[in-house]
Amino acid sequence: MTPRQRRAALVGGMAAGIAAAAAFAFLAIGENMLWFFTPSQLAAEGPPPGNRIRLGGLVVEGSVRRRPGALEVRFDLADRAAAVTVAYRGLLPDLFREGQGIVALGRIDADGVLQAEEVLAKHDETYMPPAIAESMREANATERAGAPTVRP
Amino acid sequence: MFRRYASPRHFHDLCGRLLPWLGWPCAALMAAGLWGGLVAAPPDYQQGEAYRIIFIHVPSAWLSLLVYAAMASAAAAGLIWRTRVAEAVTIACAPIGASFTFLALLTGSLWGKPMWGAWWVWDARLTSELVLLFLYLGIIALHGAIPDPRKAARACAILAIVGLVDLPIIHFSVEWWNTLHQGQTVFRLDGPSIHPSMLAPLLLMAAAFTLFFAAVLLMRVRCELLHRERRRQWVREVRA
Repeated sequence: MTPRQRRAALVGGMAAGIAAAAAFAFLAIGENMLWFFTPSQLAAEGPPPGNRIRLGGLVVEGSVRRRPGALEVRFDLADRAAAVTVAYRGLLPDLFREGQGIVALGRIDADGVLQAEEVLAKHDETYMPPAIAESMREANATERAGAPTVRP
Repeated sequence: MFRRYASPRHFHDLCGRLLPWLGWPCAALMAAGLWGGLVAAPPDYQQGEAYRIIFIHVPSAWLSLLVYAAMASAAAAGLIWRTRVAEAVTIACAPIGASFTFLALLTGSLWGKPMWGAWWVWDARLTSELVLLFLYLGIIALHGAIPDPRKAARACAILAIVGLVDLPIIHFSVEWWNTLHQGQTVFRLDGPSIHPSMLAPLLLMAAAFTLFFAAVLLMRVRCELLHRERRRQWVREVRA
């Protein structure tokens, strides 16, 4: 081995060792790297009693209820399998709307309602002009019932 | 042929000849991309006009990764072949990469407040990008702390290669973990989920940013080489 080959092997070994160490570290940390839980994960594992959690899901269509004359709002957050009701008192972000991805931070109370202290909007990765979104919505409305829907 | 450009003097001259070929196309692409993104592209169906920050934010974030990959490659080459040019490239990359990373974090924060409702959250994407900024700053600080340039270059090279592990973490963070940051838009298996009228100016800006990086890198490498070799005959000839 020439000195140059030895140095190349050293650099390669160093990179491989660090990659392996990082992989083991992330396998060990596992779920603690998740920034929020989904309603299904919460339903499967049960709410951590008394601890604050973040819950992320889509706002169920037609579930947003505001108390007249107050800032309090209730809505359901759902993924494909489960739903959780969220109660929140405060200003909602611009992107908050039905069908939108939302992350709420708070505690689960005795009734299973998430009493939220903070509500953030999770924007999706789709970008399109308003006219195209409108025509896609119309296309979805005409061919409903089980047909694969075009993404909004 | 490549051996010839491993000599600082020849590399210095080569950089000088290449610079106009990078600078002018960069300016043209930047102008076209800015016009396309800020004027020609339609507003977004959900975010309205506010989404236009992606024409700065996304290329900055891409470049923050690309510059790091370039820096770590030069660092490995410097460790293996011990060429002074590779060492100069390594340290010249660091401030450029730090600037792109800072710009990505800053523009993301400005966008996050109106869209998410928060300036900053500690999710995996944002945190790993912040770690990248600290890696760049660490390399700059380490280089400044060691007076002997060759020893400084070796220490920086090792740190740069160690930090390489952050790049896949940043890129895949939005797939591996639940994050507030949205998932991949452009580099997806099922094709980009962005309308072509918005994607075109985004790619123009990305190309302009890449040329900008290349041009600034060559300028910085020239300065670094002149500084390191300041007592040599060829630098005296350049100055004369």
